[in-house]
Amino acid sequence: MIGSRREAIIGRALLILLMAFTVLPFVSLFTTALQPSGTYPLGLEWPAHPQWGNFTQAFKAAQMGSLLESSALIVAGVVPVSVLIATMAGFAIGHLRVPGSRLAFLLFLVGLTLPFEGVITPLYYEVQGMGLLNTRWAIILPLIGLFMPFSVYWMRAHFVTAPAELTDAARTDGVNTWQLFWRIHVPLARPAISSLTILLFLWTWNQFLLAIVLVDDPTKRTMAGALGAFQGQWGTNIPLLCAGSLIILVPTLLVFLAFQRHFVVALLQGSLKG
Amino acid sequence: MLDLSTGRHPAAREPAGARRAPRRKPGARRAARARWAGWLFVVPALGMYGLFVLRPLALTIQYSLYQWDGIGPSTWTGLGNYATVFSDPALLAIIGNAFKLIVAFSVVPVLLGLAVAVVIRRISASRLALTARTVLFLPQVIPLVAAGIAWSWLLSSTGVANQFLSAIGLGGITRAWLGDFSTALPAVGLIGAWVLVGLCTVLLMSGMTKIDPSLYEAARIDGAGLWREFTAVTLPSIRQEIAVCVTVTVIAALASFDIVYISTQGGPGEATMVPGLEIYELAFSHRQVGLASALAVVLIVLVLACVLPIQRLARKGAQ
Repeated sequence: MIGSRREAIIGRALLILLMAFTVLPFVSLFTTALQPSGTYPLGLEWPAHPQWGNFTQAFKAAQMGSLLESSALIVAGVVPVSVLIATMAGFAIGHLRVPGSRLAFLLFLVGLTLPFEGVITPLYYEVQGMGLLNTRWAIILPLIGLFMPFSVYWMRAHFVTAPAELTDAARTDGVNTWQLFWRIHVPLARPAISSLTILLFLWTWNQFLLAIVLVDDPTKRTMAGALGAFQGQWGTNIPLLCAGSLIILVPTLLVFLAFQRHFVVALLQGSLKG
Repeated sequence: MLDLSTGRHPAAREPAGARRAPRRKPGARRAARARWAGWLFVVPALGMYGLFVLRPLALTIQYSLYQWDGIGPSTWTGLGNYATVFSDPALLAIIGNAFKLIVAFSVVPVLLGLAVAVVIRRISASRLALTARTVLFLPQVIPLVAAGIAWSWLLSSTGVANQFLSAIGLGGITRAWLGDFSTALPAVGLIGAWVLVGLCTVLLMSGMTKIDPSLYEAARIDGAGLWREFTAVTLPSIRQEIAVCVTVTVIAALASFDIVYISTQGGPGEATMVPGLEIYELAFSHRQVGLASALAVVLIVLVLACVLPIQRLARKGAQ
């Protein structure tokens, strides 16, 4: 009994230590962001006169309004389409078992571990050829394609376990394939679909490589890409850079805290399956 | 009900099994046609995948066989670019850096996560553990770019790391950790470890909550010590979770880009240069598209060569 109590205390201490290590960068960002703009403060020090104005200044300097709009547009272009077409493909491969579905599945698996750096060079020339460089489409269209391996893999894993009896019953009632998909199987797949939506939202919002390679104008990039440009521009003004970074983190953190249970579950499942 | 339109299709296009089936339902032919029509569901995903993954993949392989500055005409060099990748000491060092990062990105988070998960097994349902699940996930949610910026500041000469070292009397070793040749790569590793340790801990924790407690009781009755209990009960039960942690973190190490780009740009010198960033620089700054593509192919193959054995091991263990 005493032994297990000691174990529990050590466990708690370890957890708290690990949590402190995790939040330390955020705390340091925050105290630094409140230091007078343009100074070289210490990493962790509560300022004598907190400069809340730094946040307003960074908000303007980073053009937060247009950044948010740009990221939202990109997410709106990527996520719904990706989820829809991946769900359709997962349904056909995992449940309808269309002829040759094994082959199609293997083809998608090829891309599952592909690092984006592996195809970024030809993507640049491909997007250039389409005349889409420096537009949001340059991020949206390739991302949809790049998300397909995981998304199809994910939805297939759900549809493989979908009950065949339902389909047989619906077929005898004369339901066509689209109705079968849309009215019967999509509602049943809602948990898998919402997890996929959360993951794709996150991966789109945080996408960096495609943004810096394919789009020059930070206000047409994703949040992460814009943050990279912000660092290049304000890298020497530490308090302002910290304030800007924090502001750029806020939307993701808010969404995360609002849906935190779903997020953790989605990320856990996502990494387990992927 | 007879579907007239099917009559126009030659029967040979239907799967042989469907034709030989003795008691064919009236809808069977229609169902067979519907099976082929199912491909319409695959086409959009396959099209986007083909256009933005398979085609670029093929092009990467094609580019890697040429010398090309991205604008002018290209010259065929066969495997020349690969010969460069495997003989140029600078490029070999860059590939070596990716493997060194595996230590920080994979080994440390998995071992630390394992240790924490084991110790807190008993309190895994407590409020504290549930809060920890959320907090430890924060690094997974924010962009890696933000992690890079925050840690560049923490590890700078006036940052928290040095402040802490001075406070405990180690002021003599303080330095700009990311700017020093000998410490830059470990410092980048630390950032990666920070990002991934939470994910590993939470994954392994959730794996352990699924272990049947009676297994532990049985082990204790058999007089197993803590270590024996760990190797005989815990490890085999969370094999799958460990494999996932290793897979995810190894890919993150080999294909790292964001963190390095933000925190060091590969410097000082080439001390923290990694393949992902080198591909980017070669292709877009040095205009050596062929060499960049050869390195890209090598990176893709390296990732597969590391990930596939892990998956096979995990699957073998599960049987």
